[in-house]
Amino acid sequence: MTSAAAALPLDRSPLQRLSSALYLRPALLTFLLLTPPLLWLGVIYLGSLFTLLAHSFFALDEFSGVMVREFSLATWKEFFGNPANWDVVIRSALMAIAVTLAAALIAFPIAYYMVRYAGLRMKAVLYLGVMLPLWSSYLVRVYAWKLILAKEGIVSWFANTLHLGWLLDLVLDIPEIGGPSLSTSYLGTFIVFTYIWLPFMILPVVAALERVPGSVIEASGDLGAKPGQTFRKVILPLAFPGVVAGSIFTFSLTLGDYIIPSIIGKSVPFLGETVYRLQGTAGNVPMAAAFTVVPIVIMGIYLTLAKRLGAFDAL
Amino acid sequence: MRSNVKAGWGLKGAALAGMLFLHIPLLIILLYAFSIEEKSFVFPIPGFTTKWFAVAFEREDVRRALGLSIKVAAIATAMALVLGTLAAAAVWRSRFFGREAISLLLILPIALPGIITGIALRSAIGIAEIPFSTWTLVLGHATFCIVVVYNNVLARFRRTNRALIEASMDLGANGFQTLRYVVLPNIATALLAGGMLAFALSFDEVIVTTFTAGQQSTLPIWMLSELIRPRQRPVTNVVAVFVIAVTFVPIVLAFYLTRDTHDVAGSVK
Repeated sequence: MTSAAAALPLDRSPLQRLSSALYLRPALLTFLLLTPPLLWLGVIYLGSLFTLLAHSFFALDEFSGVMVREFSLATWKEFFGNPANWDVVIRSALMAIAVTLAAALIAFPIAYYMVRYAGLRMKAVLYLGVMLPLWSSYLVRVYAWKLILAKEGIVSWFANTLHLGWLLDLVLDIPEIGGPSLSTSYLGTFIVFTYIWLPFMILPVVAALERVPGSVIEASGDLGAKPGQTFRKVILPLAFPGVVAGSIFTFSLTLGDYIIPSIIGKSVPFLGETVYRLQGTAGNVPMAAAFTVVPIVIMGIYLTLAKRLGAFDAL
Repeated sequence: MRSNVKAGWGLKGAALAGMLFLHIPLLIILLYAFSIEEKSFVFPIPGFTTKWFAVAFEREDVRRALGLSIKVAAIATAMALVLGTLAAAAVWRSRFFGREAISLLLILPIALPGIITGIALRSAIGIAEIPFSTWTLVLGHATFCIVVVYNNVLARFRRTNRALIEASMDLGANGFQTLRYVVLPNIATALLAGGMLAFALSFDEVIVTTFTAGQQSTLPIWMLSELIRPRQRPVTNVVAVFVIAVTFVPIVLAFYLTRDTHDVAGSVK
């Protein structure tokens, strides 16, 4: 710092004049600061996004299978006309809802313990313990579940060792969610989704719980509420926006994922897989574009509802 | 709002079970990297060996994929640092029309499902007839890394006293000197934390990457192809352990760099 101060000349070098000019025109400086990031995101990201969405108004030529770059509603007509498409959307949405509910149920006790009971040290450990899986490799974690759920994998081993093989078979025999093994059933897909997105639910709930003022909880006790009542009537409603904030992530991420269901689960397509196949092997970009509109619309509705519930303050 | 009563067993058990659920799979990966069994996922593993580590690092395809991943992550992080910091500085120092929209725009690439970002970039690359290269990968990665840097730096700016900058200017420093000697030292650890998280995010990204890679193979893409068509499972296990190790270090460092502040790095991915 001293060298910097000593090096301050009073003459007006070009650099100094530029600096003063910028200081006197804050709007210009803001503009200069914003231009590079906005250009990047506006042109590269939004540009790509709108190009893609525009593709849904093109259609494939029925005979040659080549995309015709003319405005047409044929793709949308086909999209709404085919019940198989609806199956994909409904299946994905149901999975997203199930995963969101399960994540909320598992996340809440962790978050609640972290905020209400853990000491400073314990809290840091737990915090890091949630962040490490969140940031560590997505693929590696999916892969781990393949090892766990495989037919001769860890779950089967434990079930057989503890003589609980019958229980595992019973679970796998449940129609719809069961299957030949955990790694080829809806149940397996559901477990892995829940596992992968769980940290996204824990962190917002922790943030929301931390914002519940201690005085409010004490007041509730002073006014005669039992601990259970305080939890249900005071803490839970105040923490709910955090759960909604977390659900934005768990819901959106489940809806768009195409890797988990293709590695673990039945060979029926989910939304993300369908988009991937349509633009890849099937070469039907217009239909793929139409399919991408679905999660955008669903997320738009979801975000509007979440905003009403106050989730954005909890993010 | 810490309670002065001890937690009940039910709550403790549920929290512990949840944390085990989060961590056991990672430990299992670690275990399998040392397995002598080559063909299947037999549990418990029949014996321990460290030979797969040597085998994995001899493999030319693994080394090439690793090199590309590091290169892309480094360039994408550098770009994200510049762009994210500029955006954070603009949002912090002034109010302007559409300020709220900027946060939304920045967060959009990670709030929308990755497949949408990926397929959108892919179709744009196709239309512009850009050949797939390291730069098409960087294009995608920098886009979703910006928000990580932006969040970290903005959080730091919000706790920085604006008067510091005025004081620096009053004492005769020009704008560039103020930037060099006042602003940058102030946000240095936030930049470091944001940069490391961006690196970890890019190093691990697969969903957008599959669309912008063409024939190239980053480490996650290599892993994905091994997951779908396994060739030598123990090598995959070793690479998995390596990837965990590479991403753990920056996360733990970022956590400790920003821990004493109110906004801990990484709490918004």
